[in-house]
Amino acid sequence: MSLSEEQIRSVLVEELGRIAPEVELDTIDPDGDLRDEMDIDSMDHLNLMIALHQRLGIAIPEIDYPKLLTLNDAIRYLVARS
Amino acid sequence: MPLPRIVKELQALRQAPNLDDYAKACREFSYEAVRERLGPGPGGGANISFWALDRHIAAGRGERLGLRWLGRDGTQRDFTYAELDAGANRFANVLRSAGIGPGERVFALMRRTPELYLAALGTLKAGAVFCPLFSQFGPEPIRARMEIGDAAALVTGEALYRRKVAPWRDALPGLKAVFITETDAAPDETTQALRALLAEAAPHFDCAPTQAEDMALLHFTSGTTGRPKGVIHVHEAALHHYATGAYALDLHADDVFWCTADPGWVTGTSYGILAPLLHGVSLIVDEAEFDAQRWYGILQDQAVTVWYTAPTAIRMLMRLGGEIAKDYDLSALRFMASVGEPLNPEAVVWSNEVFGRPFHDNWWQTETGGIMIANYAAVDIKPGSMGRPLPGIRAGIVAREADGEVREIAEPDTPGELAFRPGWPSMMRGYLHEEARYKKAFAGGWYLSGDLAQRDAEGYYWFLGRADDMIKSAGHLIGPFEVESALMEHPAVAEVGVIGLPDEVAGEAVMAFVALKPGFDESEALQKELQGHARKRLGPAVAPRQIAFRKNLPKTRSGKIMRRLLKARELGLEVGDLSTLESDEQR
Repeated sequence: MSLSEEQIRSVLVEELGRIAPEVELDTIDPDGDLRDEMDIDSMDHLNLMIALHQRLGIAIPEIDYPKLLTLNDAIRYLVARS
Repeated sequence: MPLPRIVKELQALRQAPNLDDYAKACREFSYEAVRERLGPGPGGGANISFWALDRHIAAGRGERLGLRWLGRDGTQRDFTYAELDAGANRFANVLRSAGIGPGERVFALMRRTPELYLAALGTLKAGAVFCPLFSQFGPEPIRARMEIGDAAALVTGEALYRRKVAPWRDALPGLKAVFITETDAAPDETTQALRALLAEAAPHFDCAPTQAEDMALLHFTSGTTGRPKGVIHVHEAALHHYATGAYALDLHADDVFWCTADPGWVTGTSYGILAPLLHGVSLIVDEAEFDAQRWYGILQDQAVTVWYTAPTAIRMLMRLGGEIAKDYDLSALRFMASVGEPLNPEAVVWSNEVFGRPFHDNWWQTETGGIMIANYAAVDIKPGSMGRPLPGIRAGIVAREADGEVREIAEPDTPGELAFRPGWPSMMRGYLHEEARYKKAFAGGWYLSGDLAQRDAEGYYWFLGRADDMIKSAGHLIGPFEVESALMEHPAVAEVGVIGLPDEVAGEAVMAFVALKPGFDESEALQKELQGHARKRLGPAVAPRQIAFRKNLPKTRSGKIMRRLLKARELGLEVGDLSTLESDEQR
């Protein structure tokens, strides 16, 4: 099954909103490190990776987690593997 | 079934350990000998920075690498001991020019940049008190700590200042100076750009002639009730930092040492700055957050010999699998230690297989100021045990009797509270402005740690849990009260109970149970709003990761929410004695 970039973006935004609902996602820099942009820590990021795997069915090996540190990088990574 | 013990053979160790015979070391140890080793302090007094910097320079070791800073973007900055000393002196001069006097509190709210280390060392040189805050705290924990600590100065980054301090800064009339790092232009007229001030300041400073019992460090820890506690440590603590650096971390003068803890927590100060510099070793500082490949790369490229990290990080490495480690040359690594929460036995065994050497778990807390119980390079490890008390430390397992008395439990393998006979140099000297709470930490001549443990027949200690409702998440001690208070500020919230749930990686994760006021309905939108509310105030390290609604929370007759019961039910455990339960939980 192939997911569109739009589908992936909407799931990512939804899951980020679940972890850090206080952040207005349209105000953050899509190329900035999410940990700075959204004040999330490494536990939050780990939970995000697990949630994305569950929601999208895309395997994200842990070694690749650092490749999903910005909004744009995460979308690029997930689109390439969907 | 306990995992088999890891037997140590002295001859097999690459370097002769500082502690080769545990019993003999315990017999012969004295803090006086450590004091002699460190030599005279400034003006006959005692000063941690003087012993960590000036002492090495006077002995001709000023050109040795003291600190190597690895930036997130791949940059690297090296500081020799002489350069660290000059930087610390400049910072001390900046403080003096700003009118910050001896004993006044200098707070740091910073990412791990070089300025953080210069500020810590310079503050101590100036005779002022260094108070580090974790940069992932939200505005409320920061404000509470700066108020309690009577902050006279703050060193912070521009974004941190704008987001977390500027909105309430006027509430601290005693705050004389705010220094902003990593910028040439201060954000407003009430702040100053630190870089320019350091450049103008003189690189010489006569270290303040502080005395052994003068306050040096103020670390904050949370309680189950009430506001955070400011834990006072004095300059004499250096003796224990030095002794434990030698015994529990086996530091030798030519070591390259990496402590991954952030100086916003006590480990990152005692062992991320002070103990290694007291030993004259080269310290690695990484600005970035956890990243397995980056970490393995640092261990390899920097030829790290002694590594001190935390169970959460070790478990993240384990999740990734040991295969990756084989891509790196980790042969320089000689000794590995872990602290923050108990290291599970599987992780000890895993590390022994993957690295060819085990992690050495050790135990201490903010109040003890330094490592109290440890596994040692030359002593057998029983995986899952925190080890045995440091030479010079008298530990015990005690029971609190109904009459308030405390009795030591002599029988092995019997659960009780982990306690220590007071008197070691890095023991807290008080909770700032909280004499009554300080006194409550002692009974029958023991300092009571709040941790439950047991000791086996060989004298090894085993952690069992907390005696109270404190939560240990990712190595950080989180007080449920602070989290509950923040949630209570939300207009929809009637009552809150906060607990720690077991978490595979973090040890425990914070969970909040919330009952709503009449007129508010449970909804996903409100749940998210509460989550956001808590995160904005508390920051990600303290805020709950999960919020659940309840119609009513279980309470005692006096109206106290029974967190213990919430937790037992959530985990499907035995609920225990319910005789004090007055008003029960309703889903």
